[in-house]
Amino acid sequence: MSTDVGTSVPTAAVAAKQPSASASPRWVMLAVIWALLIAVPYWLPLLGGYTALAGRVLVFGLAAMGLNLLLGFTGVLSFGHAAYFGLGAYGAGLTLRYLVHSTPLAMLVGTLLGGLAGTLFGLLIVRRRGVYFAMCTIAFGQLWYYLAYSWNDFTGGFDGLRDFHREPIGFGPFTLDITDGGTRFYFFLLAIFAAAAALLGILIRSPFGHTLRAIRENERRARFLAIPVERQIWLSFSISCFFTALAGTLYALLNNFADPLALHYSLSGYFVVMCVMGGMRSFWGPLVGAAVFVVLQDYISSITVNWMSFVGAIFVLVVLFFPRGLLGMRRMRSSE
Amino acid sequence: MTQVILFNVTNGLIIGAFYVLMALGLSLILNLSNVINFAHGNFLALGGYLAFTLSPTLGYWGALLVAPLITALIGLLVERLMIRRVYNRDPVYSLLLTFGFAFVMQDAARYIWGPNGLPLGLPEFLAQPISSSLFFITWYRVFMVTVVIAAVLGLFAFLRYTRVGVRIRAGTLDLETVASLGVNISLLRTFNFALGCMLAGLSGVLAAGQIGLNPNMGDDLLMPSFIAIIVGGVGSLIGTLFGGLLIGVAAALTTVFFPSASEAVIYAIMMLVLLVRPRGLMGEEGMMS
Repeated sequence: MSTDVGTSVPTAAVAAKQPSASASPRWVMLAVIWALLIAVPYWLPLLGGYTALAGRVLVFGLAAMGLNLLLGFTGVLSFGHAAYFGLGAYGAGLTLRYLVHSTPLAMLVGTLLGGLAGTLFGLLIVRRRGVYFAMCTIAFGQLWYYLAYSWNDFTGGFDGLRDFHREPIGFGPFTLDITDGGTRFYFFLLAIFAAAAALLGILIRSPFGHTLRAIRENERRARFLAIPVERQIWLSFSISCFFTALAGTLYALLNNFADPLALHYSLSGYFVVMCVMGGMRSFWGPLVGAAVFVVLQDYISSITVNWMSFVGAIFVLVVLFFPRGLLGMRRMRSSE
Repeated sequence: MTQVILFNVTNGLIIGAFYVLMALGLSLILNLSNVINFAHGNFLALGGYLAFTLSPTLGYWGALLVAPLITALIGLLVERLMIRRVYNRDPVYSLLLTFGFAFVMQDAARYIWGPNGLPLGLPEFLAQPISSSLFFITWYRVFMVTVVIAAVLGLFAFLRYTRVGVRIRAGTLDLETVASLGVNISLLRTFNFALGCMLAGLSGVLAAGQIGLNPNMGDDLLMPSFIAIIVGGVGSLIGTLFGGLLIGVAAALTTVFFPSASEAVIYAIMMLVLLVRPRGLMGEEGMMS
């Protein structure tokens, strides 16, 4: 799905200028992505993968897509989104461990915890721009890392939060048992992912989404058009934190475990590189980037202890030779 | 009690001095090139390791002089070969680049010098305490603080009284005008980056004498350095200096009363500053936006 980027040409005019020829690849791509995602349990084992790996792609993909609302569609650089991801994971884990044995409630608490933390912090930094914004987000993110790290009795400290597991979900007479990690849990993840992705897509195509892109393209001009720039950036930051926190709760459910590394700024860097590698300006880019990154990391760390060099080298190579990302390249060719 | 507090204040000043040296280098690069150097902690480790390798042949004093210079040289190469290419792009690229390169550097250090901690040998007299009543202050601590003060004074004098230093300061304020006056910006930025790396290398040699060497020794200093810059105010080196000392002493004093909150207090200070005075204690108006 390639939402028209940047230009604020009324959609009717776009539709008039571009006949169905340009609309059909969009549907083809949507169909291919969903078909691939739904069929994962059938084709992934054939390639030597395992379903939990696909679950990780979905979780990190959702987190990166949430970040991309801010990074790619608003043009504001957060390098601290692991904080909200990790808060979501810890929120879900702590709820399951100490409060109630309910998966939906755990997800709700985790999402609210991460999202609200982002909403409040966003108020403080919304006037900062560029690298300074990034620096504030990194530093604030590390606060939670140290908190989880040093509050041993409550969070399990460096060893992470254990002793909780996802619970079956009851819908009146029916019960969805997701406690075993197999195909059924994957489809549960996929359903949540689909709902979140749909919501993100609607947001990006809404008038609100258009104002975000206007800010990205030309902030001063957006201001002259009476777009409340600070408020929109704050909203975008906040919403993106909610999505990333939701992904974090799924991460805790996926692993039955939450560790401080889910809060560390390295993970924020991974999210950013997923967005860039897949293509920041494209809706599905972060998911594609997450798939490539997760699979590469899984493969590299299985063959060498020096995986850090390889991951670092991926970053450097992407920046120097591949800055538009996989889907960005496709777009460039189609616009020529 | 007074002695405990005195101990922790001196401790805080020493830790703060490291934050300052590290943060000044970061701040120099950030101000002139608009790049957050994630690899700064790894340049610190590199300086320490180079001193470890050089000290058998050059002795401690030789290593103290030469290791930061080699670190600066490597920084210069890194800037010329990679970082220079992303100056005119979205800041996300420079962040990813230095972030990824930090991984490579850390892994390289682990590969070359091994994953385990290594000690850096010190001259005999530096390891002695200065007196029996002040047993917790070794000469090495005095020496470290002296070197840091000398380096900071040297840096400020350099920026104030030399032609290159003035250009760096001017470029911080308005790079375009400096360029249009015929200054070679590209070279200036390279030199500036190398200068920042030299400060990191120097703190690495000093830190290695106190806490020993390991491949991720710089990581713990990186975040406090960021915070020192935010607290002190982006664009102001004096601000960075006071920011570093402030959070060093604050963290050390908290250790006396609530040991587990010593990290958290640094972040609390940052939040407070962002809330009350968003541009930082000594930041220029509009510098951060």
